[in-house]
Amino acid sequence: MGLSLSSLFSSLSSLIRWSKEQDVRILMLGLDSAGKTTILYRLQIGEVVSTIPTIGFNVETVQYKNIKFQVWDLGGQSSIRPYWRCYFPNTAAIIYVIDSADAARLKTSRSELLTMLSEEELAGVPLLVFCNKQDMEGALKPEQISEELGLAGGEKERQWSVRGSSALKGEGLEEGLDWLVNAIQKK
Amino acid sequence: MSLSKKDEESGLSTYYNNKTTVIQEARVFNESPISPRRCRALLTRIVFLLYVGETFGTQEATTLFFGTTKLFQHKDSALRQMVYLAIKELAGTAEDVIMVTSSIMKDMQPNSEVIYRPNAIRALCRIIDPSMAQGVERFFKAAIVDKNPSISSAALVSAYHLFPNAKDVVKRWVNEAQEAVSGKASGSFFGGNSGGGYLGWGGSSSQQTNGYSPVPSTSNITQYHALGLLYLIRQQDRMAVTKMIQQLGGGKSGAGTTLKNPMALCMLIRYAAKIIEEDPNMQRQMFDLLEGWLRHKSDMVNLEAARAICEMKGVTAPQLTRSIAVLQLFLSSPKSTLKFAATRTLATLAVTHPQSVAACNMDLENLISDQNRSVATYAITTLLKTGNEASVDRLMKQITGFMSEISDEFKVIIVDAIRSLCLKFPSKHASMLAFLSGVLRDEGGYDFKRAVVEAIFDMIKSIADCKEQALSHLCEFIEDCEFTKLSVRILHLLGAEGPQAPQPTKYIRYIYNRVVLENATVRAAAVTSLAKFGLNGLDAKLSNSVKVLLTRCLDDVDDEVRDRAALYLKVYEDPPLVSTYVKEESIFSLAALESQLVSYISDSDSLAKPFDTSSIPKVSKEQAAKESARPSSLETIGLPSTSKAATPPPQTAAETQSAYAQQLADVPEFAEYGPVLNSSAKPSQLTEAETEYQVSCVKHIFKEHIVFQFNVANTIPDTVLEQTSVVMQPQADSGLTEDFIIPLPTLSQQTSSGIVYVSFSRDSPEDYTLASFQCVLKFVSKEVDPSTGEPEEEGYEDEYQLEETELAAGDYLVPSYATFSSEWDRMRDGATATETFALSAMESMKAACDSIIEILNMQPLGGTEEPSNPTVHTLQLSGLIPGGGGKVLVRCRMAYSKAQGVTLELAVRAEQEAACGLVVTAIGG
Repeated sequence: MGLSLSSLFSSLSSLIRWSKEQDVRILMLGLDSAGKTTILYRLQIGEVVSTIPTIGFNVETVQYKNIKFQVWDLGGQSSIRPYWRCYFPNTAAIIYVIDSADAARLKTSRSELLTMLSEEELAGVPLLVFCNKQDMEGALKPEQISEELGLAGGEKERQWSVRGSSALKGEGLEEGLDWLVNAIQKK
Repeated sequence: MSLSKKDEESGLSTYYNNKTTVIQEARVFNESPISPRRCRALLTRIVFLLYVGETFGTQEATTLFFGTTKLFQHKDSALRQMVYLAIKELAGTAEDVIMVTSSIMKDMQPNSEVIYRPNAIRALCRIIDPSMAQGVERFFKAAIVDKNPSISSAALVSAYHLFPNAKDVVKRWVNEAQEAVSGKASGSFFGGNSGGGYLGWGGSSSQQTNGYSPVPSTSNITQYHALGLLYLIRQQDRMAVTKMIQQLGGGKSGAGTTLKNPMALCMLIRYAAKIIEEDPNMQRQMFDLLEGWLRHKSDMVNLEAARAICEMKGVTAPQLTRSIAVLQLFLSSPKSTLKFAATRTLATLAVTHPQSVAACNMDLENLISDQNRSVATYAITTLLKTGNEASVDRLMKQITGFMSEISDEFKVIIVDAIRSLCLKFPSKHASMLAFLSGVLRDEGGYDFKRAVVEAIFDMIKSIADCKEQALSHLCEFIEDCEFTKLSVRILHLLGAEGPQAPQPTKYIRYIYNRVVLENATVRAAAVTSLAKFGLNGLDAKLSNSVKVLLTRCLDDVDDEVRDRAALYLKVYEDPPLVSTYVKEESIFSLAALESQLVSYISDSDSLAKPFDTSSIPKVSKEQAAKESARPSSLETIGLPSTSKAATPPPQTAAETQSAYAQQLADVPEFAEYGPVLNSSAKPSQLTEAETEYQVSCVKHIFKEHIVFQFNVANTIPDTVLEQTSVVMQPQADSGLTEDFIIPLPTLSQQTSSGIVYVSFSRDSPEDYTLASFQCVLKFVSKEVDPSTGEPEEEGYEDEYQLEETELAAGDYLVPSYATFSSEWDRMRDGATATETFALSAMESMKAACDSIIEILNMQPLGGTEEPSNPTVHTLQLSGLIPGGGGKVLVRCRMAYSKAQGVTLELAVRAEQEAACGLVVTAIGG
């Protein structure tokens, strides 16, 4: 009991240290028009803003339950993907966004994800996959997508989770972040 | 920031501001959390390095650039501003700069809470590629009319930079730019947005909820930027520019102008000056505006207006009075810049209007002792031009006083002024020559020395009294001259002038010293110069001494020097050669020689034979000198750089020929015709000046063909001519057979003019066929749909009668210089012809001379084109038939009486019989 209390305490205090001294740096990646920018601003200001394709990146500080996340939303167009790696150092967690209604490009999305995960700089970094656009008709379920991605066998060194979300309705985002906070703390 | 400053001062700057260190330290960009202070300091050092000219490789710049982009995570506004500066500087070299687009666009948004919106706008135009301009259009339009002047200016300046690559998009912003220039936007800034604290009232910034307090600007600089953009968009359209000037100029007095920014007004004045230059008809209207601006409250505007008026072409003295009065006031201003600007303008003006400038002489005198040497230089050169003969000596003394204190550039200005003064007051040559030889001994660069040497050359040419003195100064100069070019020119001059001097021997020593002491180029020039002394046949003793010297030159190490010496020694043994190689009065026309040599080299067949110089026209020394002459009097001095090279010298006939040859070489059909032998010197007009279609004709003679080049212009808007050709109908048995016509596919008003070629074969190429042709322009006319700009499907065939074209004797002949009397004697045994004609239609001797010269297209010799005696005259002509036709000389003995007109006895001597016939039929027919 005492032990678990103290371990809880130490993990709490580590979280406090995090939040006080530096922002938690999070990369948000995914193919173009998956909804990354929409998620970013949904998290930041709680509203759905109209977006244009991101040429480059957006970076915003998101306050969530007393923790400051610094979320880097990198553009997903194929011309921009090569530059993702410029922003890998010092990353605390990755949010990977997939358009669940775009079954055709799921393969592409998977290979981009796996290429990225094999980068040394991102070894052991927790990964949260948002299967976005769950509100759309014909959207694949998170379980189906999870199976397609096949993370279950390959990723042993890192914590990961595949979850459904809808940026438009604001569903699934908070749950995802909760999981992410936990994962970061455990690490 | 403050730290790095201190470092610089402590002498460690080379270490801290060193590329390698900076790149290494760029790690701070990746740190988490970011230290804005340290990052900003590092960015400052990067930008500093770029500003002092350090270059980064693509890889280095890209790394730094991506590092910099990471700083967008931090909201510190001081840091962000520095980020933008660094991005702007790195954008040129780094790759993939497009990565910051989203971040910049976010900062540019109108709801952005930040002070760096203008910075973002300025950075954007360096980042985006032109195809993206359309995407930011809506945003730019709003920013241009933003009430905040810094944002508006930033958008205008960025639009200016975007324009060259995204013309169509930026052109659509013209209304916004117009609004920005009219000052409504900045007006509302002072009135509506009371946050600026303008004049202290309305100081509360409660309105500015965004916490962004711009520095209030009273300069209205936005107008300047907006005007620049408007002009950029409209500059091709003179009417629109004129309208803009009138609209913004604010009427005759200039009082109604909405432009508050003096720099904007200055730009407007420059545009007005440009309009005047391009369209003299506008001069009156624009001049009124310019005069109005002379009374503006800003010095800058007064000066610009005065300068524009002074630089107007054909400005009259009364028009100048007011501007000169304004400039005169500036002369006594305490501000150096004003004094400088005013003296500089007056110095230029004094070239053309010394009388008008003389009004300022008193003030200019005071400026001679001005501390600023540039002002003093301009003042004194102006005085030299306006002053009278009496003041020259005094001014010269003063100049000598400060020659050593001014830069080479100003020394050249002064030397040029002296040079023109010599030509104006030849009687003062002694003191001026003394001055010039004095400064020749001073230290100075090539440009300065050249100016002095050329000034002395001009004096030698135009003032006979000073020749001997000047030559000896030049001799002294080459004893210690570090500039090969100048030594060579002086040696050439010594060779030309020295032998005629009273004591030729005294120059020999100086020239031979060159052979002993100098480099090969100078030695070669010295040998030629020596030979001219020796072979002039003045003095047998001198001639022999020179021969001895030349013999010594045979041992020189350089080929050219030995060759020249050998050549001249050969001439010693064969005196008749002297007239060809030493005393030759004419030289080849250089442009013609060049084009012939080019075609000789490019044609591999002709290389088997030696180059034939006989078909190259010659020009006399005087003609050559006239063509290459510098403006001999005052006009070169102190002209502002803008108007320099505005009017290239008119092309000489030979240059036009080579241009035609170039043009014809581009037409594949003529490839087999061989080189062009001759092209008519001037196009002949086949239409009146004001007709719908304008056609002129140029004739090109080839060995076996004749090509007529018709330059056709269509002046009707909204009509396209297709398949334009010229149908030529020669009179019966002309001896010419038509080969083909190369029509012009399309011709619209915009394409200015196009060329139709008609080619004929000469049935017997050895004859000089003369013929005249009926010419008709044939084409398919199509109207252009004004909305699409496309010509309609169906057109109608049409034709247009042109004036007759003639193939005349003058088309075969080119003027060429010769020494008439000796050549005439030499050709006594060649082909000759003599005929007498009665030219009853000629009203005077002069008219007869002119028309004969025009018909034959030959070179009049020895000034015989100007008859001195109205009743009896002899005209001597010399020409050449290119393509092996040989030389032709013509002597026209004429007598004039009122009753019978001119009676002409025409005597022709030519190297070939056919040439004689050509000349006689030309006059007879």
